[in-house]
Amino acid sequence: MNYFPDEVIEHVFGFITSHKERNAVSLVCKSWYKIERMSRQRVFIGNCYAISPEGVIARFPELKSLTLKGKPHFADFNLVPHDWGGILYPWIEAFAKSRVGLEELRLKRMVVSDESLELLSKSFVNFKALVLVSCEGFSTDGLAAVAANCRFLRELDLQENEVEDHRGHWISRFPESCTSLVSLNLACLKGEINLSALERLVARSPNLKSLRLSRAVPLDALQKILMRAPQLVDLGTGSFVHDPASDAYNKLKATILKCKSIKSLSGFLEVAPRCLSAIHPICHNLTSLNLSYAPGIHGNDLIKLIQHCRKLERLWILDCIGDKGLGIVASTCKELQELRVFPSDPYGVGNAAVTEEGLVAISAGCPKLHSLLYFCQQMTNAALITVAKNCSNFTRFRLCILDPIRPDPVTMQPLDEGFGAIVQSCKRLRRLSLSGLLTDRVFLYIGMYAEQLEMLSIAFAGDSDKGMLYVLNGCKKLRKLEIRDSPFGDTALLMDVGKYETMRSLWMSSCEVTLGGCKTLAKNRPMLNVEIINEDDQIDFSSDDRQKVGKMYLYRTLVGPRKDAPEFVWTL
Amino acid sequence: MSNDTTTDSPETDDVSITMNFDDTELTLGLPGEGRSPAAVTGGKSCAKRGFMETVDLNLGSSHCQPHGTTTHVNNNSESPTGKLPAAKAQVIGWPPVRSFRKKALEKSSKLVKVAVDGAPYLRKVDLEIYSSYEELLRALEKMFTCFTNQGNGVEESNKEMGPVAVTGREYVTTYEDKEGDWMLVGDVPWQMFIESCNRIRLMKSSEAMGLAVRTLTNSSISS
Repeated sequence: MNYFPDEVIEHVFGFITSHKERNAVSLVCKSWYKIERMSRQRVFIGNCYAISPEGVIARFPELKSLTLKGKPHFADFNLVPHDWGGILYPWIEAFAKSRVGLEELRLKRMVVSDESLELLSKSFVNFKALVLVSCEGFSTDGLAAVAANCRFLRELDLQENEVEDHRGHWISRFPESCTSLVSLNLACLKGEINLSALERLVARSPNLKSLRLSRAVPLDALQKILMRAPQLVDLGTGSFVHDPASDAYNKLKATILKCKSIKSLSGFLEVAPRCLSAIHPICHNLTSLNLSYAPGIHGNDLIKLIQHCRKLERLWILDCIGDKGLGIVASTCKELQELRVFPSDPYGVGNAAVTEEGLVAISAGCPKLHSLLYFCQQMTNAALITVAKNCSNFTRFRLCILDPIRPDPVTMQPLDEGFGAIVQSCKRLRRLSLSGLLTDRVFLYIGMYAEQLEMLSIAFAGDSDKGMLYVLNGCKKLRKLEIRDSPFGDTALLMDVGKYETMRSLWMSSCEVTLGGCKTLAKNRPMLNVEIINEDDQIDFSSDDRQKVGKMYLYRTLVGPRKDAPEFVWTL
Repeated sequence: MSNDTTTDSPETDDVSITMNFDDTELTLGLPGEGRSPAAVTGGKSCAKRGFMETVDLNLGSSHCQPHGTTTHVNNNSESPTGKLPAAKAQVIGWPPVRSFRKKALEKSSKLVKVAVDGAPYLRKVDLEIYSSYEELLRALEKMFTCFTNQGNGVEESNKEMGPVAVTGREYVTTYEDKEGDWMLVGDVPWQMFIESCNRIRLMKSSEAMGLAVRTLTNSSISS
């Protein structure tokens, strides 16, 4: 029973923006459900196969902003075959048909075709923002359509996508009348860019705040562009290579001094370290620095740069910074909240330059740290225990020891105690990735202490089904569980099948689950899709249920088995 | 001239460190339990697929083979790489780095060896960080000042490209291209040079004299 008119309630709901809260609000009563759904403008769909586009439109007819995620997370690491799915087109088609007033589209791990981009660009008059992360399937032709047809485009943000470059001058397709750009991120593009067209585009975009360039934009072009956009807040350089004795470089130095608003810096996809002094003057304002694609910056050049950045809150770097370098970060960047240290040798087994020492130094020096991704050579329990003591604020803790089953090199023990300390100390931990030698014990700790845990990634860990059971029983807020190469089998899988309907998804590959176990799980479960990825016909479905399943991906859904599953995907 | 490129072989470190310690050999039980030989031989009975198994299985393939079968065990012992994977052998999807990032970091530096006649050791430079011949030559000069009697040795002898004036200059900069030929640095556009250069040699001018004479003869026809 409502004591206020609907409009008042709707107005109040306008202040509730988080998806979780809006979902909660809609469950209160029928009336609130109705008011909420008619007023919801931003919709987040964590798994594009959990619901159909028609279903979304039916429930949220006024939606303007859609976030969609497609492939499972492990697709990032080549564990999911190419044509698995996650296709955008049906969504655009459905939205266009129903005349949804789409203005923003954010996609992650989806297959985006040029046709879908073209349809998008022509169907939604007020379309303003396109953000593509880790997507594939499109070329610069699709981008050209977006540029040409989206008259009020504010944001075009391409992050780590595989884009086919057709070398057309797609940047030139932005009409002269397009002056609304606020954010343009081209860093992942590989091909040539029409530099003068880009410069003119920047010149007529007075609201441009964020600009990230690709490798094809050389330093002298950067200077001309920065002249046009001294108001930038976020800059990603392309190629930062020039003779420091040249005119062009000196011009750049002077131009950069005018860019007093830059707070976020990235790029340096190609770099001549001697040119870095040009950016030192703006370092003291930086809150975000991403050098993870700049292996050319290392050693003293890197240290010098970081020593200027006292206000950093977010730092993404390569492990060539070394433990000593991390020590400098720890003593310089007292405001640090998020740190990511990526391997400079992406194939792992080589000599990673950071160890537990670097992490301990950071934990001691940066009390505000709450988000960590750390690729390292080795880790000890003692170090993790120290880190847990120093930093109890972690919400995201992802540790990747390059040799995934390496024990504590000092004690030769598994890392159970170390990770146990982390989960016990960090009461707000939402995301955790484990590595190193680990037994069932670490899962016992996780089940006991990680009460807020929502996402857990496990690889080469555990001894028996008990491990997985500890997690499933203990982590009440678990939404995503992904496991590879661990000895968890049918007993664990089938112990509590209701659990999976409270989660978004479960991935298990190279574990001990059998075909029979998966079939049992799928039986009488219309709300779950249990998919087996059967590459190269490993599994013969007519016979032995005792066969081990190579890759299983299950997720909750409102719409049953998907119709676009390729041959090698079987929904049980 | 041999055609083999002299790009450095990947650092074969003492690869899987765990394989070097008997006590810590990969086993699939809790620490303290009896240790059986590494997963290479014991695959079948162990509940967990060892990391090493996965590496051997996935070499050159893009999928996981079914485990717990006899062929699997045989494959391990007969695998072409033997017991230890080479530094570049990978488990599929490990380390968990996005393929976009892996590809981007792969080809980002062009490290070539630099040899100076008479020097006891070689150096390496990353050609990608220079934007012109002048920069490269200045850097090389700085690197090797101890070996050149005259400070301007390297730079000036290359300034006069084409017919090489070698009087009074110590070294000439040459490089080996993809076809294995030794070329004078400076003739082709910079980008083309980066792509085709395999290694650099600062050749003593006295040795280069012979080349210079030939060059003079040839260029007098073409210029």
